[in-house]
Amino acid sequence: MDRIIQQFFNVEIMIAAWPMLLDGLGVTLLLCLAVIPLGLAGGLLAALGSLARSRWVRLPTIFFVDFFRAVPPLVLLIFIYAGLPFAGLRISPFTAVVIGFFLNNSAYYGEIFRAGIQSVGFGQTEAARSTGLTATQTLAHVVLPQAVRNVLPDLLSNTIEVVKLTSLASVVSLGELLHAADMARSVTYNASPIVLAALVYLILLWPFVRLVSRFGRGLGA
Amino acid sequence: MTADVEAAQATPSLEVRGLHKSFGTVEVLKGVDLTVAHREMVFVLGPSGSGKSTMLRCCNRLEEPDSGLILLEGDPVTGKGVNLNAIRQRIGMVFQAFNLYPHLNARKNVTLALRKVRGMSRDEADARAMEALTRVGLADKSENHPSELSGGQQQRVAIARALALEPQVMLFDEPTSALDPELVGDVLAVMREVKAAGMTMLVVSHEMKFAREAADRVIFMDQGRIVEQGPPERIFGAPEHDRTRAFLSRVTGD
Repeated sequence: MDRIIQQFFNVEIMIAAWPMLLDGLGVTLLLCLAVIPLGLAGGLLAALGSLARSRWVRLPTIFFVDFFRAVPPLVLLIFIYAGLPFAGLRISPFTAVVIGFFLNNSAYYGEIFRAGIQSVGFGQTEAARSTGLTATQTLAHVVLPQAVRNVLPDLLSNTIEVVKLTSLASVVSLGELLHAADMARSVTYNASPIVLAALVYLILLWPFVRLVSRFGRGLGA
Repeated sequence: MTADVEAAQATPSLEVRGLHKSFGTVEVLKGVDLTVAHREMVFVLGPSGSGKSTMLRCCNRLEEPDSGLILLEGDPVTGKGVNLNAIRQRIGMVFQAFNLYPHLNARKNVTLALRKVRGMSRDEADARAMEALTRVGLADKSENHPSELSGGQQQRVAIARALALEPQVMLFDEPTSALDPELVGDVLAVMREVKAAGMTMLVVSHEMKFAREAADRVIFMDQGRIVEQGPPERIFGAPEHDRTRAFLSRVTGD
């Protein structure tokens, strides 16, 4: 028992590793700030594309979404980070991660937005268009506000997943939270910094997890 | 009366010529011709599947006609090069399912098109919306969301939403069919007021009693064609066609 506490819950080591983890947390937050808005924007485009009337837009978009939902994000990250230099593109780990997450998130957010848009009855569009609103105005002022409200719990759930998935960036040596913790572990030969990182994720995400549960019980609807 | 005014009044408010529409292999409209004069309330009756709703929805091109011509005050509604969003502002529509925007309160349901389509300022649009909501007797519900209103109130807000754009014609697609019987009267009262104010109205509905007392003309449609039309007294009192007689005896139970 002592050995477990010594190896995983060593407070002295945690305190010593804290500054490193704080730097990592900064990178994680910065990464989230980049990939969440990008993913939401890409997702909205993917949703609109997959609902487009023209098959030349619709079919490629559906293929894009299916592809990036099927490819494991870790494989995608490694492929972009290690593969693009062979195509003559030198990119930083941060850029590689942002590209990878943009592709992956767009696909997932896209499916959620698509479900949301499809949950809004066509009568809404007809009513809006009958008053002379354009297709774009109808989308912006009538369909999307309702669509987003209908899938808000799913958007939030997916965003929690995205925050956790940013830990994958550690494999391409981006110094985010988990990578910082792992560095501290290899220096101290002790797993306590990893446990500390897990605690930071927990504290960061727990309020949002609660919020999603509240939606689930119908309080947010 | 000047020649201009005479000419304007000679032009029908709404004119439909040779309207055809198919869904897949089913021909729903087989050549419909119809004119609606200014300030006229025309009621369209017919069994379900007769094409009456489709005909109505072609008038503002929520359904795209396969062929035929539709004119509003002499201006083409159909054909290439028509600014559909501009022409639709001149044609109000009221739906069976109300189709109010559930995320907006009653006032904002009315102001949305005023602001975005007409480009009115917030104050201007609000004033116009309150005017329209007052007309339908719901000024006190302006800040309520649709979910807080009864079906009849929702439909009256929907009428206000259409009225606020000051259309030249209003289309009513079974406006009371989704309502509980005790709520129908309020909506019909509003429609009566709208007519009294001089609106041109084309109404698809099963409210026979209302048609009999309020309509200027009744049209009976069956199988994609207009079978007969005339003043309500004649259509209800002495229908010429067997199909009209059969329909009326079915729905009125005589």
